[in-house]
Amino acid sequence: MKWEVRVAYKRGVQDPEGETTLEALRMLGFKGVKRVSTAKLFVIEGECTREEVERMCRRLLANPVSQDYEIRRLAP
Amino acid sequence: MKPGEVRILVLRSAGTNCDAETASAIAELGARAEVVHVNRFIRGRRSLEEFHGMVLPGGFSYGDRIRSGAVLAKLLSHRLRRELQRFVDEGRPILGICNGFQVLVESGLLPFGEVGQVKLALAKNASARFEARWVYLLKCSATPFTGKLPRVSRMPVANAEGRVVFPPGEEQSLLEELEESSQIVLRYCTREGEPARGDYPANPCGSFADIAGLASPEGTILGMMPHPERAFYRYMYPDWTRDSALGMGDGCAIFEGMLEHILKSQG
Repeated sequence: MKWEVRVAYKRGVQDPEGETTLEALRMLGFKGVKRVSTAKLFVIEGECTREEVERMCRRLLANPVSQDYEIRRLAP
Repeated sequence: MKPGEVRILVLRSAGTNCDAETASAIAELGARAEVVHVNRFIRGRRSLEEFHGMVLPGGFSYGDRIRSGAVLAKLLSHRLRRELQRFVDEGRPILGICNGFQVLVESGLLPFGEVGQVKLALAKNASARFEARWVYLLKCSATPFTGKLPRVSRMPVANAEGRVVFPPGEEQSLLEELEESSQIVLRYCTREGEPARGDYPANPCGSFADIAGLASPEGTILGMMPHPERAFYRYMYPDWTRDSALGMGDGCAIFEGMLEHILKSQG
């Protein structure tokens, strides 16, 4: 099984890397950019169920206070 | 008990880099500091029972992978949970400095002394940079660690993830709760001791409510982003040449307080 886990700051938590990237993109002339958010992507392969990946997120991959996570199955 | 009988653990792991100066600060005050790798405890070769207090020093435990302090925190809260909870319940003091503060937050030991209950985050600095600078700190409540600290003190910070974040939507209620129980111990301030009010660089990380250091409700666990071991002697300060009588720096008070608390509680 192959899972993708995307961990990003919750709405309402400042994303300084995203803000800096936004500024840099605008400086390069990409005037249309409105917002940039950053996220961390983990690809997890092995014998694990969605429920287990959920637990991985809650216990290690995401801080429940500042971050949200999204799980996607990449391959059976 | 004499100071020389006090045993303080300086817990290291892969990537810890402030262990030597932290142990040296403790030894300078006459106590016995021992730097021990976390794996020694996990493998049962050593026990937390041997120590009267613990310091989680600064550094980059496990390369700051995932989030600063996260891997060491989960290791502690998973593999040493019972030993650690006993250490806390018996009121033996724990000081977390910088990366150590991040470990305390990620393990749930701060703010409420409950292993496994994560209630806060230390997120990337608002400046999106590693912040290495001297800051002023306002003492907001007295804990065993801060009894001797002046109202306004000066120490350096050196971190990339030092921004205290409260759960979105619950900021005010949690802040009131922590203020009521005197758990907000250190806040970033100006040279004059006025609150930083989020202004950079007085509040170098963009921490919520200018929080630089937090304690457990009993005050026996303290986590702080600034490095007291780097402000231990006055000559470590950038303006040390202006001082004719070089003595101890503000950071010394933190270790002195910890040691005195142990001496008092051990009888």
